[in-house]
Amino acid sequence: MSAAAPKIRLKGVRKSFDRKIVLDGVDLEVGVGESVVIIGGSGVGKSVLLKCILGLLPPDAGSIQIDGQEVIGLRSRDREQVNRKFGMLFQGAALFDSLPVWENVAFGLLAQKRATRAAAKEIAIAKLSQVGLGPEVADLSPAELSGGMKKRVGLARAIASEPEIIFFDEPTTGLDPIMSDVINDLIAKITRDVGATGLSITHDMASARKISDRIAMIHAGKIVWSGPTSTIDKSGNDYVDQFIHGRAEGPIKMAVRL
Amino acid sequence: MMILQPIGRTFLQFVGTLGRLALFSGAALSHIVRPPFYARVILRQMIEIGYLSMPIVGLTALFTGMVLALQSYTGFARFSAEGAIANVVVLSMTRELGPVLGGLMVAGRIGAAMAAEIGTMRVTEQIDALETLSTNPLKYLVAPRLLAGLTMLPLLVFVADIIGVFGGYLVSIYKLGFNPANYLQNTWDFLQLQDVISGLVKASVFGFIVTLMGCYHGYHSAGGAQGVGSATTNAVVSASILILCFDYILTEMFFAR
Ligand SMILES: Nc1ncnc2c1ncn2[C@@H]1O[C@H](COP(=O)(O)OP(=O)(O)OP(=O)(O)O)[C@@H](O)[C@H]1O
Ligand SMILES: [Mg+2]
Repeated sequence: MSAAAPKIRLKGVRKSFDRKIVLDGVDLEVGVGESVVIIGGSGVGKSVLLKCILGLLPPDAGSIQIDGQEVIGLRSRDREQVNRKFGMLFQGAALFDSLPVWENVAFGLLAQKRATRAAAKEIAIAKLSQVGLGPEVADLSPAELSGGMKKRVGLARAIASEPEIIFFDEPTTGLDPIMSDVINDLIAKITRDVGATGLSITHDMASARKISDRIAMIHAGKIVWSGPTSTIDKSGNDYVDQFIHGRAEGPIKMAVRL
Repeated sequence: MMILQPIGRTFLQFVGTLGRLALFSGAALSHIVRPPFYARVILRQMIEIGYLSMPIVGLTALFTGMVLALQSYTGFARFSAEGAIANVVVLSMTRELGPVLGGLMVAGRIGAAMAAEIGTMRVTEQIDALETLSTNPLKYLVAPRLLAGLTMLPLLVFVADIIGVFGGYLVSIYKLGFNPANYLQNTWDFLQLQDVISGLVKASVFGFIVTLMGCYHGYHSAGGAQGVGSATTNAVVSASILILCFDYILTEMFFAR
């Protein structure tokens, strides 16, 4: 393993459901400590891409390397080992509704026996405060939370065990503009100061600009453009231009009939 | 050709399901004995199955025992009814009705709940979330439930046996006017250890079947609320059929000679 090996390297990743091709040869590299944002239309397969990297969906073809180690086809015990490097915020939060909020946040710590229950609860409350939730939330059940609160608890859970690689699937969707900015700052801080590697999905260009070092655009199963965040406005790519300006006309055709 | 095709396809699907089921239960069972163990989850499932199912299984057993006494009285009235009724009640309860009715009631109560809970966790990506938190869902969700089913159903059925015999006793003494001491003596004389043991082994197998079906159908559910709904139905129906089927197989193993 060379020192320059990227944290995540995808080569020719393909995934289809029945006859529907979702990923059609995705190539992507994310360097150590880098924060990459993936943009792309709804339903192009951004969430599927993250799930392939996490081993939740088996890709049909291609190669996925984490720290230079091929992870496709790992046995479940080795996969578990690799997954310790990851934290993931799911698009739908995916909180465990049989457990109170604090046990959700501290789940990884408790599962890996890295903390006693009392210590884990304290860590959970600290993480909750980082996402703008007070200690009174800790003992609620997930069913008692609003959509935005769930999202933030999911975020707290993803960062609680301080993973090396964190995936955020639409971290700011459903949050008010001020809270969105708080979350953006938090994600930027985690990837810049703590040095974690980040891979995020967002539709919110303000958020993308704030949290990313690099942006990659996915369309029709492939990465059609990727470059430093500062260059996104002069990308010279029609897909990117259409997307960041939110125009209905352009090379990306929405299947809508009026 | 056209007629054979669907038959062949159904057969292949059936074999495929059997294979998946075998792999699923094999993997889950191996997690029962491999650390780490989730003591809290196991305890919670044991309480859910063993303790909270007590009322419905107990009521079922009570009325079954009572009805057994009443029904057999009609048949045995002309003969030495006293001994025969005690015999029928205690043997039917311990060997057959305790485990089967207990298993069926638990299939309705626990199997359905498990399929719904695990199915919801599947469709809301909670099972995916477990994996990203380095927790094996088979170990965390399935193994504790199987273990609780295997161990708690015998306990439940043992209590049901006692309640069922007591139900028969109530009817025999207060309705049919038998002598209590004689009735108890007869019950005790006819009962053999093997009857009770065979019933408890059946209960353990049924507990495994119920929890396995609940977990398997929940784990593989797809397609939102509708998928969870059909997983629940499938869990209860398949568990009930398998219980009746294995009841025959186990009876044959224990008593045929
Ligand atoms: N488990 C699945 N079974 C079948 N098809 C699926 C499955 N998961 C996703 N898909 C399909 O894959 C495509 C991509 O889905 P995905 O969730 O990755 O979209 P997305 O890019 O994350 O969109 P959004 O921005 O709306 O979240 C969709 O068309 C969806 O229908
Ligand atoms: Mg998505």
